Amino acid sequence: MISCEKAAIICNKTQYKESSFWEKLSLRFHLAMCKTCSKFTKQNTEFTNICDKANLHIFTEEEKAAMKQQLEQK
Amino acid sequence: MTHLSNTMTAHQLQPDKWVDLYADYLFNYAVARVSNAEIAKDLVQETFFAGLNSAKNYKGDAAERTWLIAILKRKVIDHYRKINSNKGKAEVRINYNASSDSDGDWLEEQVADPYSKLENAAMENAELGLAIQECISKLPRKQSLVFTMKTIQGISTEDICNELGINPSNLWVMIHRARTALMGCLNQNWY
Repeated sequence: MISCEKAAIICNKTQYKESSFWEKLSLRFHLAMCKTCSKFTKQNTEFTNICDKANLHIFTEEEKAAMKQQLEQK
Repeated sequence: MTHLSNTMTAHQLQPDKWVDLYADYLFNYAVARVSNAEIAKDLVQETFFAGLNSAKNYKGDAAERTWLIAILKRKVIDHYRKINSNKGKAEVRINYNASSDSDGDWLEEQVADPYSKLENAAMENAELGLAIQECISKLPRKQSLVFTMKTIQGISTEDICNELGINPSNLWVMIHRARTALMGCLNQNWY
């Protein structure tokens, strides 16, 4: 069985749809045994939904650099 | 005495840190109000310029971010004024509901429903966005960078690793720490 650390990493990969078939399977198996990781997975998935809902925006690093430069010139 | 009054002034402006500290927060605030990312970006930039120009009027009684938000609010209003004057005049039409079955109903009954699920959800999501943004700003710099690139910008793991010079297992550890910290922060400030 995989460790809780490994399970957490796979759970995070799953949030970004980047876990492989075998990873998902081993996570499922782990979750069936481990209450702590089940709880974490539930919260983590909820957090993903929240982030999607919140319509987050950020400036790229380049945009920030450009903006800083223009502010300095003022 | 001057020394005393200086120490009494709790807040000071630090324009050289504005972009790093507040740009994303203001961006989310603006985008919820103008629903267009490009316009919102311009408004944030204008806010910083206006803040710089009126920095001497800053009394220090409000926190820096609150002060910038106040400027941004005015920029948003100016933006709507501008697009309204471009169109000529804002058109307001009110029809008293003439259908027979609602005969005698008052206009008060036709105003926006304060319990409207749609509008409340939109408002709640905008506030949620600001709460998350505030939590992100408390993360260590590299964690917040990795988290936002992955979650908000949707950049692939490979590209992030190349750009930041880290390997995928570093990346997933940082993502894990960031997400755990953000969940904890949101639990304190939101739920």
